[in-house]
Amino acid sequence: MRDRLIFTGQFIFTLLVAAFLVVPAGLSISAGVTVNYFRGIQSGVTLQWVAQVWELYAGTILLSFVIAFATLAVTLLAGVPAAYALHARGGRLARIVEEIITLPLAIPGLAIALALLLAYGSFGDFRRSWLFILVGHVIFTMPFMVRSVMAVFATVDIKTLDEGAASLGASPWRRFRDVIVPNALPGILAGALMVVTLSLGEFNLTWMLHTPLTKTLPIGLADSYASMRLEVASAYTLIFFVMIIPLLVAMQLLADRDHKR
Amino acid sequence: MSQKSFVWFCLLPLAVVTTAFFLLPMARLVVAGAEGPHGLAGYLAILTEARYRATLINTVLLAAATTVVTLIVATIAGMFLQRHRFPGRAVLIAMLTFPLAFPGVVVGFMIILLAGRQGLIGDLSNRIFGEKFVFAYSIYGLFLGYLYFSIPRVILTIMAAVQKLDVGLEEAARSLGASPWAVQRDVVLPALAPAFVASGAIAFATAMGAFGTAFTLATNIDVLPMLIYTEFTLAANFATSAALSVGLGLITWLILALARSFSGSAVAAAG
Repeated sequence: MRDRLIFTGQFIFTLLVAAFLVVPAGLSISAGVTVNYFRGIQSGVTLQWVAQVWELYAGTILLSFVIAFATLAVTLLAGVPAAYALHARGGRLARIVEEIITLPLAIPGLAIALALLLAYGSFGDFRRSWLFILVGHVIFTMPFMVRSVMAVFATVDIKTLDEGAASLGASPWRRFRDVIVPNALPGILAGALMVVTLSLGEFNLTWMLHTPLTKTLPIGLADSYASMRLEVASAYTLIFFVMIIPLLVAMQLLADRDHKR
Repeated sequence: MSQKSFVWFCLLPLAVVTTAFFLLPMARLVVAGAEGPHGLAGYLAILTEARYRATLINTVLLAAATTVVTLIVATIAGMFLQRHRFPGRAVLIAMLTFPLAFPGVVVGFMIILLAGRQGLIGDLSNRIFGEKFVFAYSIYGLFLGYLYFSIPRVILTIMAAVQKLDVGLEEAARSLGASPWAVQRDVVLPALAPAFVASGAIAFATAMGAFGTAFTLATNIDVLPMLIYTEFTLAANFATSAALSVGLGLITWLILALARSFSGSAVAAAG
């Protein structure tokens, strides 16, 4: 009886917490397709707000994808070899390097953005281009790629594989391409999903680094929250959910698969 | 190319990117903090100037409250979800963790939908009490936003920690006559301490440094990230904002480093 009571109490509590998280998201989704939120869903269902968002903000959505994939490209090109090097070399230097590249996770994005502005703000062309935002996103997402790949190296015996290939006469570059990268693929995939998801949603750095001509999706979101009617802001948020949820589901599936192995 | 030089070559792109776009700018930031009219003393302004100190205290209190409440909520829910199997459990877990990828701005909007001028809480309170409760645009709204942000993260850590608990210890305590409450207090909670420290540190550091939520809710909420932002953009007070952000960065980094040395697990704050 008493256990039953505790169970019910905890269950209701957990339901309430879930409601706290889910209800506003649900409100936002419904508001995004409602003719008039103030009058409620009875006023009718429409896609006019989504269309309006597309008209006003399509550029931000496009730029966000460009930056997310450019960030992914840079973190792949710089992060995957670095993860291999850090694992192969090991020791103190590797730990220090890992510590340094992880720092951007511990320091608020606002501080990193200010640092970038103070250091490079006077390089006008660079400052005005989307590459300025790209740089911030690369610094912020790099640790996720490097760590996710290093986590795989810690579980597969990459050293034996590497030495085996070396003893057969494979050059370092061939070993990297044919042995290291294929074995690191699960980590690369997990890191890539993380990098794209984080880049698409990044606001703290981006708000400081953007210009009126380089607005990303979260910047547009903040803009619509401040100046558009609730239905438009909600429709925009809805578009963001639609973009981000497949990535989250893919991440979850990947984690589950790793878990089962 | 020898193996050794190939390894160095692999590290090169990362070293270049990190040095050029992180280490150098951060060094510039630290220097800029001392370039104000007061020189190095600019760094002490965060403690000596009454307005900044009040903001710092405000931010720390808010972050601490967020951490404590999040830990309590996440422990109750996380323990429940990990210990019981019932239909709909997977859906409930998915609901509790899906806001993980929401940026701070979106969290701010969620709070506006809950407690803003056209929000659900105001609507309900208007019908029940005939008065509209609107608190999204105050520090309470921000508190709610930080809860929204940190609960999913902390629940995941707690659930993982509960899964690793040795159920045998609890059974032993019970068989020795300990009450359910005593088992929780003396066996379960101490065993979860490392998870509390690790996830609590993340919640605290994130709440200290998060900017997007505060930005969406209102620009006049008195927390450190908003102060840095207004000093930089509105007052063009570069030295002060640099000194304040170095201070903020040091605080969050220190908390995470301390937590890591205590709990031994890697922690990260994002958002």
